[in-house]
Amino acid sequence: MAAVRTSSEVAFNRIAIAAVLIATLIFLAPIYWIASTAFKPKELAVSVPPTVLFEPEVTPFVRLFTKRVQMQKTVDPQAYEAAPWWEKRIYDGGERVLKVGKDVQLSQYPDRFMNSLIVAVISTVLAVGMGTFTAYGFSRFKIAGEADLLFFILSTRMLPPVVVAIPMFLMYRAVGLNDSHIGLIILYVAFNLSFSVWLMKGFMDEIPKEYEEAALVDGYTRMQAFFKIVLPEAATGIAATAVFCFITAWNEYAFALIMTNRRAQTAPPFIPSQIGSGLPDWTTIAAGTFLFLLPVAIFTFLLRNHLLRGVTFGAIRK
Amino acid sequence: MAHIELKNITKKFGSHTALTGLNLEIADGEFFVLLGETGAGKTTTLRLIAGLEKPNEGQVFIDGVDVADWGAAERDVALVLQQYSLYPRYTVRQNLEFPLKPKIRRLPEAEIKDRVARAARTLRIEHLLDRKTDRLSGGEMQRVSIGRAIVRKPRVFLMDEPLSALDAKLREALRTELKNLQMQLGATFLFVTHDQIEAMSMGDKVGVLNHGRIVQTGTPHEIYNNPRDTYVASFVGSPPMNLIDGRLVNDRAVMAPVNFELPLGAKTFGGGRTSGATDGRPLVFGIRPEDVYLESGAPVEARVHDVENHGVEKILTLRVGDTMLRATVPARTDVAIEQPVRFAWNPDKVVMFDKGSGVSLRHAG
Repeated sequence: MAAVRTSSEVAFNRIAIAAVLIATLIFLAPIYWIASTAFKPKELAVSVPPTVLFEPEVTPFVRLFTKRVQMQKTVDPQAYEAAPWWEKRIYDGGERVLKVGKDVQLSQYPDRFMNSLIVAVISTVLAVGMGTFTAYGFSRFKIAGEADLLFFILSTRMLPPVVVAIPMFLMYRAVGLNDSHIGLIILYVAFNLSFSVWLMKGFMDEIPKEYEEAALVDGYTRMQAFFKIVLPEAATGIAATAVFCFITAWNEYAFALIMTNRRAQTAPPFIPSQIGSGLPDWTTIAAGTFLFLLPVAIFTFLLRNHLLRGVTFGAIRK
Repeated sequence: MAHIELKNITKKFGSHTALTGLNLEIADGEFFVLLGETGAGKTTTLRLIAGLEKPNEGQVFIDGVDVADWGAAERDVALVLQQYSLYPRYTVRQNLEFPLKPKIRRLPEAEIKDRVARAARTLRIEHLLDRKTDRLSGGEMQRVSIGRAIVRKPRVFLMDEPLSALDAKLREALRTELKNLQMQLGATFLFVTHDQIEAMSMGDKVGVLNHGRIVQTGTPHEIYNNPRDTYVASFVGSPPMNLIDGRLVNDRAVMAPVNFELPLGAKTFGGGRTSGATDGRPLVFGIRPEDVYLESGAPVEARVHDVENHGVEKILTLRVGDTMLRATVPARTDVAIEQPVRFAWNPDKVVMFDKGSGVSLRHAG
């Protein structure tokens, strides 16, 4: 049915759209800035006023992935001619790519990026998985002290996690968990679990228990009923929870900085550590940050429908 | 097919007592209807039999075996609910197959196909088999829901208000269908409802439940004509039985506070004299509206307070002083509101209840 709109409603709509547009632009500005810097020639990165129009190049990404040294003398013209295009870009910048024999030495960035992926993915799977089971238990069974237990779980969120960073660091060092993937995973699961339990409990409560009871009466065990009936119904909630947990784990900086330094270091503490001394190479840093943004953006984009439902859950009656 | 017996069941939820000392027996192949208001404990009774709840006290027997330690899966009962009994995301076929596929009694593929096809034919839902359940109408959903129960050939069918969410026409149609289905299968049915018309029209036996107790069990005929107490009398029947305060004077009913008298027949006293039917004792006289009739020479005068036209009949509300009573009269009876009329009752159809306890004198003896 086509609704009849009054002129004031139309005007209000236009204002609302304009406001949303402006807000969106404000939120997107830093992302644009990072993305554009990642493709800028080095000398334009810090130009004042900022350069908006420029010829994009991928040299920052080449620098990001390679180990380089400053050249003491100018490059041998023959070697320059023989070099592939990306190596020429490095020569142009007065540097050369480090090699062992013929193999290009990669920078630490791919390793750190992988660390981030490993820690974020595994901790998200664990937090969401455990949260789902816990939430189901709280939602379906009478548990002595249920309210207190739920409050206790929530209370782990009431303190900024950094407050316990020093004791955690000492404990981790004592048991040899510092600078290990498993150490970071345990930490991130611990942070995300309370969030995951509470969010999933909301979703579980919305699934009528009649579905499982019908399955129980039909001859299924509770576990089978859970996997066959409840889990598919909870998919939206699980997706939304997973996005939030993944973002938290992916972006976490403070603990990653304190707890790791080499083997298990994730991208967030690594990227700024590359600023180094002297003139910072902003384009390379921007390139690292830009790539770092992508997984979360893709993950969120893929699950966007679930996410919308996730952040508004409870507000909409079925 | 099975015989069900509940012995002295008490069920509490926290401080709330849902069922108190409940005894119930359902014979093999019987269509038993549990009738009661919302919150009377009907669903709890059903869930106890299904094994979804455990009683605090008492025992549940299926075919004479105490099933206290049996889970819902082992009891081999089928449950049909008012709503939410179909799995979303599944097609109708998948829903019908689901009860045939658990590990504990998985049937061979050919048998599953055969049973689903037969159930679909019985319920006339063959054309819906490949549809998702969210694309079904209410009546179709309940058909599928019943189908999910019958594919399994369970020992007993438990139905929790399966027709309540449907509109009146459909409810009527499915009522007949369900009753036919039960006779065709020869299965034991326990049917829970708050609708006394459903109870009367479908049940071989009806159990009236009030505040967690069975008030009366009997055939619909017994429940209707010989209610055990004023609760059953006023709950069963539409319009309900007229209940008028009065006393017994020389085997005649004398109403209070407005004095009018009506005769009582021999059948009212149950052949001989019912114990307790003594002169002057405060009683409640119960008479069904269809046993009240208008007659020009009748003993009592009343005014017509209200007229409800139901097509085949009219339901009149008569006023004598402050006392109101209903009479069902043929539709051709021509009356107007505030018109004076004279009425009488069928003296053999009167039920006498004790004023204090509300229990029928026939049952008290």
